[in-house]
Amino acid sequence: MHVSREELDKKAKAILEEYENKDISPRQRAQIPLQEMPAQDPQVRVTNMEEVALGYTENQVRAEALRCLQCKNKPCIKGCPVGIDIPAFIAAAAKGEHAQALSIIKESSSLPAICGRVCPQESQCQLYCTVGKVLKDVEQSVSIGRIERYVSDYARENKCETMPKVAPETGKRVAVVGTGPAGISAAMDLRRRGHTVVMFEALHKAGGVLVYGIPEFRLPKKIVEHELQNLKDMGVTIRRNYLVGKTRKISDIMGKDGFDAVFVGSGAGLPRFMGIEGENYVGVFSANEYLTRSNLMKAYAVGDALTPLFDSKKVAVFGGGNVAMDAARTAKRLGAEEVSIIYRRTDIEMPARREEVAHAKEEGVKFLYLHAPLEITANEKGRVNGVSLIECELGEPDASGRRSPVEIPGSEKMFDCDTVIIAIGNTSNPLIKATTDGIEVNRWGNFIVNDETCETTLKGVYAGGDIVLGAATVILAMGQGRKAAKAMNEYLLTK
Amino acid sequence: MNKILSKQRLSQEVFRMSIHAPEIAEARSPGQFIILQMGGDFGERIPLTIADADAEEGSITLIFQAVGETTHRLALLEVGDSIENLLGPLGTPTDIKKYGKVVCVGGGIGVAPLFPIVEGMKRAGNEVKVIMGARNESLLIMEEEMRATADEVIVVTDDGSYGRKALVTEPLKELCEEWKPDCVVIIGPPIMMKFAALTTKPFGIHTIVSLNTIMIDGTGMCGGCRVNIGGETKFACVDGPEFDGHLVDWDNLLLRLGTYKPQEEVAHHRCHIGLEIPEGDA
Ligand SMILES: Cc1cc2nc3c(=O)[nH]c(=O)nc-3n(C[C@H](O)[C@H](O)[C@H](O)COP(=O)(O)OP(=O)(O)OC[C@H]3O[C@@H](n4cnc5c(N)ncnc54)[C@H](O)[C@@H]3O)c2cc1C
Ligand SMILES: Cc1cc2nc3c(=O)[nH]c(=O)nc-3n(C[C@H](O)[C@H](O)[C@H](O)COP(=O)(O)OP(=O)(O)OC[C@H]3O[C@@H](n4cnc5c(N)ncnc54)[C@H](O)[C@@H]3O)c2cc1C
Ligand code: SF4
Ligand code: FES
Repeated sequence: MHVSREELDKKAKAILEEYENKDISPRQRAQIPLQEMPAQDPQVRVTNMEEVALGYTENQVRAEALRCLQCKNKPCIKGCPVGIDIPAFIAAAAKGEHAQALSIIKESSSLPAICGRVCPQESQCQLYCTVGKVLKDVEQSVSIGRIERYVSDYARENKCETMPKVAPETGKRVAVVGTGPAGISAAMDLRRRGHTVVMFEALHKAGGVLVYGIPEFRLPKKIVEHELQNLKDMGVTIRRNYLVGKTRKISDIMGKDGFDAVFVGSGAGLPRFMGIEGENYVGVFSANEYLTRSNLMKAYAVGDALTPLFDSKKVAVFGGGNVAMDAARTAKRLGAEEVSIIYRRTDIEMPARREEVAHAKEEGVKFLYLHAPLEITANEKGRVNGVSLIECELGEPDASGRRSPVEIPGSEKMFDCDTVIIAIGNTSNPLIKATTDGIEVNRWGNFIVNDETCETTLKGVYAGGDIVLGAATVILAMGQGRKAAKAMNEYLLTK
Repeated sequence: MNKILSKQRLSQEVFRMSIHAPEIAEARSPGQFIILQMGGDFGERIPLTIADADAEEGSITLIFQAVGETTHRLALLEVGDSIENLLGPLGTPTDIKKYGKVVCVGGGIGVAPLFPIVEGMKRAGNEVKVIMGARNESLLIMEEEMRATADEVIVVTDDGSYGRKALVTEPLKELCEEWKPDCVVIIGPPIMMKFAALTTKPFGIHTIVSLNTIMIDGTGMCGGCRVNIGGETKFACVDGPEFDGHLVDWDNLLLRLGTYKPQEEVAHHRCHIGLEIPEGDA
């Protein structure tokens, strides 16, 4: 049942009246009910592109913050890839000191409004939270991410963010390739230390996957724009429509153009296909293409946008990660009558954020588990009319620790659809490697870097994010951007 | 950024523009293209070949046919206006080297992207013959430039209104039989490239074609431009746009080009009401 924001706020208010400013025991704290995230009604939201999760109210954030036990050993911090002082910011939020809470987060993270929305908290900080452990349910952990989101939104909307101070100019120049989370966080830290920073972005809009991949209904683009504006206000130059490797090679950027160091955050922008028959028929898309058309090119604004959309009625999405959820939910919003996610394993092995899976289900996306595609079929005009599938069962755990699917012979069947979206992952784009001598990559094409410094095998060139980690997460990309910036700063000052 | 420095109308629907883009002018090689986007959030990204470049002036030349909404809007821009977003040079340059005897075949607007290749092939020391074709005389472009550059130019029109009344495949076959070229480069509508490539195939002549797929990013990120080459999937924007014409799965290319036909027809209709390009020289 859908519960409105007003209703949730009322309940939170009652909790505050009962517990706030009282001496309450840890046991009582853990008994305070988890604050649900207010959301748009599923029936309504499938007809628009606006954000699904509406964010806590002030009462809710304080009620949720009351649930935190302020554990002495701070287990949640261990689960945070960038080590945010979680209990400290929650304590500030509980007192309504949101700007203070944000400052605490910003000591470790540069993009909290974004991470609060897209981090897989249930497998990071919230996995270790004592409250979840006590209640024996990770979904009952303190909603660290939602509190993080609230304080960031609050500070942005009330214009009480503290802007990072820029140190006196050092005269050193750094090029940052790519404007995704890795590039943004590297640029921010390098500029803060007084270096001149120029960012280069291939697309006509900056932001990386945050802009072209993750849909508006999950991450409003104005939030990404705000972060980019902050960078510009600090004096960072962003050059769009600039494909490093083609417009200019890294050797020329460091030679002719006189940059002292380069950070490469070019992401994992190479879609994987399934390697089955029929993949080039009309109506088969990589999730990247499907999402780029809708998000970057705004094709969902039919009538205004010049980029066309494929007319789909029955859509099959292959994959089980965030990308698959985003593609499926986008297809729903673009008017497809039936959208199914077809996954080789089962619900629990799906790598997507739990909240996205739940949202997709509420929106009517169907899930077909334990099925793998064999071949895509088409009509006489070459347009997709179905996929032949085979049933699978779970076998032994594979390298990722998840049980791997084993095909059941003789279980082939046809699945009717007119559109196939392939969301089985991305690998790193080979362009920079191919145009730069001296950069070494591993067998997946990821740049090899020094663990401590993020320096590549080419002196003065650093890298981080998906180009190093393979398709990973926003927070890991951001963490590497910051780590690299620290090492680059030292390199620049001794150069 | 990207200011339009000059503009000419080459035929009813074909325009030539030179645009200030110093970095692209410096980096580009024949066979490469740009992607442009205009009109704020809602504009489409379209690929156009770099027909020429002047690194000293810092400019590139585009030659395009106004076929749909974006190319119509581009045709309405004047000298002094700017193109919001221009990315390039993209794609792999043409494999220009000394082959010996080269035939370059251009159909329709394909003559424009062919021109820098003709120049390049000449510079590399090849003997170059050009076959250029169009539906009728009014659609022929760049004949003078071609004549000034190539060793011989054969002009054909479908209706015989100018030059020889033939399809490009006729003189191409004759040259294959009599002149025995070492390499053939073909650029034009896909259907023409298909049949021209079929023409050279029995002679076993190395044949290069330039595939004009649908593209979005042009950086290898979306796979929308994928083509079937000898049974392997390739991305035209990074692995191409030029491929071995004898290995291309033409039928699949033609199918994929029709992906958005229904939507394009609506848009085409819209731009013909709203964006009429004034007659006369621009
Ligand atoms: C649809 C989708 C949903 C996702 N959902 C989540 C989620 O919910 N939570 C989460 O944590 N993670 C999610 N991810 C993963 C996350 O977005 C990435 O891990 C993260 O964006 C990586 O950041 P990055 O800075 O390394 O690269 P990117 O964000 O990929 O940015 C790289 C940028 O570099 C540019 N570029 C590439 N090559 C060049 C070049 N040669 N010259 C100039 N510019 C270049 C690209 O155009 C791009 O803008 C999702 C990914 C996708 C695709
Ligand atoms: C690598 C490359 C280089 C190109 N170079 C040139 C060039 O130098 N000059 C030039 O005039 N055109 C060139 N094209 C074609 C050009 O990109 C299209 O004409 C353009 O995208 C049409 O956009 P539109 O919005 O005006 O028309 P749309 O409304 O998108 O399409 C209008 C009509 O054009 C057809 N069309 C759409 N896309 C293409 C395409 N890619 N190729 C052929 N027909 C298409 C459609 O089927 C439709 O009938 C090139 C294409 C590629 C891929
Ligand atoms: S583990 Fe949970 S309860 Fe303990 S400090 Fe962290 S967020 Fe609070
Ligand atoms: S146009 Fe997107 S990969 Fe080629």
